[in-house]
Amino acid sequence: MAFLEVKNISIQFGGLTAVGGLDFKVEEGQVVSIIGPNGAGKTTIFNILTGIYQPQEGEIYFQGERIDGIAPQKIVMAGIARTFQNIRLFPDMRVIENVLVGTHIQTKYKLLDGFLRTRRFRKEESEKIQFAVKLLKEVGLSGRINDYADNLPYGEQRKLEIARAIATGAKLLLLDEPAAGMNPKESEELRQFILQLKKQGYTILLIEHDMNVVMNLSDYIYVVDYGKKIAEGLPQEIQGNKQVAAAYLGESEVEL
Amino acid sequence: MILQQIFNGLALGMAYALIAVGYSLVFGILRLVNFSHGSVYAFGAHMVILFVGYNFGLAPAILLGVVLTGLLGILIDKMALSPLRKKKSPGISSLITTIGISYIIQNLLMMAFGSEKKTFPELFPNKMITIASAQVSSMQIIMFIASVILLLILTALVKFTKIGLAMRSVEQNEMISSLMGINTNFIIAFTFFLGGASAAIASILISGYYQIVYPTMGFVVGLKAFAAAVLGGIGIFHGSIVGGLVIGVAEAIAASLFGSAYRDSIAFIILILVLVIRPTGLFGKKGIEKV
Amino acid sequence: MEHITDKFNVEALVYKYRYPLGAGFLLLLLALPYLGLSQYVMRIIIMIGIYTMLALGLNILTGYTGLVSLGHSGFFAIGAYVTAILMLKLQFNFITSVLAAILITGICGFLLGLPTLRLTGTYLSIVTLGFAEIVKMIIMNWEPVTNGTLGLRNIPRPTFLGFSLTLANNGMYYLMLLLLLIITAFCITIQKSKLGRALHAIKENELAASMMGIYTARYKILAFILSAVITGLAGGYYATLVSYIDHNSFTFDVSVLILSIVILGGMGTIRGMYFGAVILIVFPEIARPLMEWRFVVYGLVLIFMMRFRPQGILGWRSALPFQIPAEKEAGQKRSGKHGISRG
Repeated sequence: MAFLEVKNISIQFGGLTAVGGLDFKVEEGQVVSIIGPNGAGKTTIFNILTGIYQPQEGEIYFQGERIDGIAPQKIVMAGIARTFQNIRLFPDMRVIENVLVGTHIQTKYKLLDGFLRTRRFRKEESEKIQFAVKLLKEVGLSGRINDYADNLPYGEQRKLEIARAIATGAKLLLLDEPAAGMNPKESEELRQFILQLKKQGYTILLIEHDMNVVMNLSDYIYVVDYGKKIAEGLPQEIQGNKQVAAAYLGESEVEL
Repeated sequence: MILQQIFNGLALGMAYALIAVGYSLVFGILRLVNFSHGSVYAFGAHMVILFVGYNFGLAPAILLGVVLTGLLGILIDKMALSPLRKKKSPGISSLITTIGISYIIQNLLMMAFGSEKKTFPELFPNKMITIASAQVSSMQIIMFIASVILLLILTALVKFTKIGLAMRSVEQNEMISSLMGINTNFIIAFTFFLGGASAAIASILISGYYQIVYPTMGFVVGLKAFAAAVLGGIGIFHGSIVGGLVIGVAEAIAASLFGSAYRDSIAFIILILVLVIRPTGLFGKKGIEKV
Repeated sequence: MEHITDKFNVEALVYKYRYPLGAGFLLLLLALPYLGLSQYVMRIIIMIGIYTMLALGLNILTGYTGLVSLGHSGFFAIGAYVTAILMLKLQFNFITSVLAAILITGICGFLLGLPTLRLTGTYLSIVTLGFAEIVKMIIMNWEPVTNGTLGLRNIPRPTFLGFSLTLANNGMYYLMLLLLLIITAFCITIQKSKLGRALHAIKENELAASMMGIYTARYKILAFILSAVITGLAGGYYATLVSYIDHNSFTFDVSVLILSIVILGGMGTIRGMYFGAVILIVFPEIARPLMEWRFVVYGLVLIFMMRFRPQGILGWRSALPFQIPAEKEAGQKRSGKHGISRG
């Protein structure tokens, strides 16, 4: 069984099918992209994977464990973390505090430890802070540790969101349009950054419109439209696919 | 006996519905629960006794009271809420602001009129009419009919007039309405005016029924009307009417069964139950959170 | 830390001298009864202490978590009534009674926290308001226990080892100080731990918080419980201080005053709670002619702060660097266990 395996998931909102009978899988250590026109249901797939929505049909397995229908928090603990299309940082917290919130599930001490300032509390707090500093250095935000999240420029906010997801201890990162709104230089930096994550052993599921990022980064690509898979394959296969071009250009007669 | 309570409840309940519509109007447009609505209600009745005190005569006093209360609604929006909208302040800010407004109005009334209970003039010579085994006062009938008429007028205004169309479009999307050439500031002000004026009319009817006014009178009635609005589904007109009637009848029956000390608690209990079990109310639609 | 003091910066100065300043402040508080202040002034100072505790309690909910409660007079009342009833009718001592009061307000906090599973914003605030009104109605109508509208009289003062604490022997003052210090330490702990970060994250973006693995519902209920417990503790103390309580001691005005203190001082801060309580309790006493305007002023405080300084007078984003502990304290063994650098 694959690292992440999604079998035949469907969800409807008020009679409208957002995702219908979708299958896909992600192997460990790969970068897999989901592409498709706006409104194709890509973010809905992420919302199902992270437990925000419950699929009405289908099954999802992560590392062999079934994860559909369980609480979002349990999914994070199982090792899946995400970023958001419309960035959702904690704006009134510092950059380092955002990352520390990410370490929440890795932090085990109890409230009483804090009140009594036990060794355990001090040791664990100190560990997490050191870890956060190190992580921020690696993503290139070491100069921003003390800043408040909403003072960061756009590209750095995206990076911080990824750092925060990494801090949960996740092995699978779901990145929702990380290059949106970036200039070519920034998106190239982002591509390098994701590549670096891949080298370090992270598995990445990516939703992205920037084809430069998608085609140069992905090990495998799924194309969805109207909540259904219309194509899948290696980047070069997708590039030559007529259906995909049709979906993007909005031709009406597309054979599914 | 039970029939008597139902009649009492229906009359008051219809007036609650009229206040509840004020919550619904403002909520519909701004997604804001106007916490100060209860004290606006109290303001209405106090303006009437003020002008009656200056020998304006009852009808002009009522008219002035209603108009002034409507203007108070606009004032609240212009002075306190509209600046917050411009700043795009979080929802918690407007909530706290309306709490502050409510508190200021209530305490200014207390300083101007004293906190004791004052008599409100009789609106009509009171006669008792017997229907089946129950006694119904002419004031109760007038309260019921006047509220029904006003609710119909308000509904017609929103449904069939040009300004009503504009209100509904602002409700759907303020920015696009503004791009379509609708003066959204005027529509919002007009909505606050309607909310204030309808609260004042309800206030006059209820005060005419009990013949008592006091500065804190809006606190409990405001919560009851809010309960009515929520029960029916806030933002939905006919929901507010059903909600108002249910609350009115329930409290009349509770008062006769457990004693008048428990009259007010029933509305709170209904409110909490509705909010916890079905926050969208009886007729409300469930929204999907966009992620 | 040298670079902070490069330019004149009050925050940095206060931070640099925080230990001597804190010790000085504590010494002042301890010595206060011996400075020859009148009993009237001491009473006001004790009221400031009580309202600081109440504000610290509400702050956990409104300041840290972003949930506005209009029903804290209800918790205050429950704390006071449980303490008074146990001391008066069952002759329990103060500590046992207050512990029972804390337990019961904690349970009520849990119950009132349950609606947060489905409600936010104004709806939640109105449920809390309804809760306080129901508490008041129970107090007024459950005569055998609460003595109805007549209230409870002659609530005894706390005694420890046969020594009775009074206003005259300053025992009540020191008890207030002790409770206040414990509550303050507790709040600092929350702020500086993962609990505080989780609550703050919920306030900032609830969905993102749950995507970090934070059980947002549980944490919101926990915030309700902690907030209720602190408020109940203050209520228990208040009952023995004034020795007479009735339903009029716990009106909506009390809830609004507590909220005003939190907003004025600065939501989410601890210094702000002290500051707000001092201002709003002292002001009607100094401005006697304005006494009847005080409620209007509380309302104006809410409106003006929301419009011009929603973060509160003492609320600001700290310009001090985040405190990073020295590397040696961190266990080297575990730090590389997860995260980006594992590959």
